Amino acid sequence: MMRRFTLIAIPYLWLLALFLVPFVIVFKISLSDVALARPPYTPHFDWATGIWAFLSELDFENFVFLTQDDLYWKAYLSSLKIAAISTLLTLLVGYPMAYAMARAPQEWRATLMMLVILPFWTSFLIRVYAWMGILSNEGFLNQFLLWTGVISEPLTILNTNTAVYIGIVYTYLPFMILPIYAALERLDESLIEAAEDLGCSRLSAFWLVTIPLSKTGIIAGCFLVFIPVLGEFVIPSLLGGSDTLMIGKVLWEEFFSNRDWPVASAVAVVLLLLLIIPIVLFQRNQQKQQEAEQ
Amino acid sequence: MKRMSWFNTVSLTLGFAFLYVPMLILVIYSFNESKLVTVWAGFSTKWYGELMQNEAFLSAAWVTIKVAVISSTIATVLGTMAAYVLVRGGRFMGRTLFSGMIYAPLVMPEVITGLSLLLLFIGIGLDRGVLTIVLAHTTFSMCYVSVVVSSRLVTFDRSLEEAALDLGCSPSEAFRLVTLPIIAPAVISGWLLAFTLSLDDLVIASFTSGPAATTLPIKIYSAVRLGVSPEINALSTLMIAIVTIGVLTASLVNKRQIVRQQREEKEAGRN
Repeated sequence: MMRRFTLIAIPYLWLLALFLVPFVIVFKISLSDVALARPPYTPHFDWATGIWAFLSELDFENFVFLTQDDLYWKAYLSSLKIAAISTLLTLLVGYPMAYAMARAPQEWRATLMMLVILPFWTSFLIRVYAWMGILSNEGFLNQFLLWTGVISEPLTILNTNTAVYIGIVYTYLPFMILPIYAALERLDESLIEAAEDLGCSRLSAFWLVTIPLSKTGIIAGCFLVFIPVLGEFVIPSLLGGSDTLMIGKVLWEEFFSNRDWPVASAVAVVLLLLLIIPIVLFQRNQQKQQEAEQ
Repeated sequence: MKRMSWFNTVSLTLGFAFLYVPMLILVIYSFNESKLVTVWAGFSTKWYGELMQNEAFLSAAWVTIKVAVISSTIATVLGTMAAYVLVRGGRFMGRTLFSGMIYAPLVMPEVITGLSLLLLFIGIGLDRGVLTIVLAHTTFSMCYVSVVVSSRLVTFDRSLEEAALDLGCSPSEAFRLVTLPIIAPAVISGWLLAFTLSLDDLVIASFTSGPAATTLPIKIYSAVRLGVSPEINALSTLMIAIVTIGVLTASLVNKRQIVRQQREEKEAGRN
């Protein structure tokens, strides 16, 4: 009995102390005022003054501030927009790949799978960095396009939203391919043959049979891309320009450049609230899939 | 087997080109003589030589490896415990909260995890350095380990454990002699996942590291912000090479193990 208790208690206490408590602190600081002290916020919780004195000093000022300064509105909206568009682009690139992998000869599939997973193990930072050299004004892509004569002036791609989209599609592609591939591989091919025998064209068989049967994979892949992209920091900061607004970047700057901890915490709390809906929907989708399997 | 249609062949070729050409260009340009990354001026390995002399990079690499080894090892122990509790622990008070805390870090934006841990460390007056990075990395990677291990535990035939207990093993002996060898591959892949996550992490490390300890991704990030440099290309090439060799070896070992297992099962069937 004692052994079972320690087995539960050790990971439980670890997560309580290093996951839950930090959140409570973020929430608390988001309700505090900025101070020029170290740490730069007030009030500090003090057992001597008691909990009521402490609570009475908390207020929603920082959240009100977030609604008044349109930087934050714009950053939240633009993160949503960038995440939605790049999820769609990743789906458009990833679906044909997953489809072709599932239709490839059996003996190739393990290798193809490996080729999709390998980039996932290499450093995220390096994969984003690789595009800086390609997309810059005198970069590889512009050199190539100038050489082929497609363009006569170098295109400005680096430090624009286009570069951010390319970077997101590139780094998150495996997350989209894997769940869709898993769904397509299970698909019974005789269903498609049946549809074609019954007079469907190949395209309408794809549209009416393949797509609906891979729906759970598509939904899972979209959430696996959308959720982390919403809080992305590295890609907009390296590939995006000064006008690329994403909330992860705003939070980082609020914290490291402006040193406004209460506002940074309030930004974090709102970002979390924004994430709750897609996370709950994702969880539902996974549950439905599990039930369908049983 | 049917031949692949041209559409499938084209989409696979283009897709894999998209995934691999950028890294290939990076690797090629790391052997460029010129300081200008975009102009090819002949083959040279001088950037690798310069990298080896860069004290700042070397010490950051050392800190990164140290953090990754320690945090992934602790995370593997804690994550395996958590997986065992979740799959086998039965009911206990606060179980929902516990599983929530295991899954939440997987979807949490890194900026929030980093910010919240930093605020905790400052709140309790812990100086930022190697210790705080290790604590932070352990916390998020134990959740990944726990997901990997629990997916193996779910498919595990429980009667094997019960047989060991019936035959006189104590619960800890049954775990050590029966459960652990069977879930070992999942525990090892959990460790590898935790290790690479820790090596890779920029955002959480930036929040939780202090001036005393800088990790390689932080160093790379601050160099890269100023633009592309051949030295970073050389460093990236080394990292890509190490990962590729590691993943290929792991998959070969894994494949051989599966083949051996199948052969053994076949032989057992014959006898």
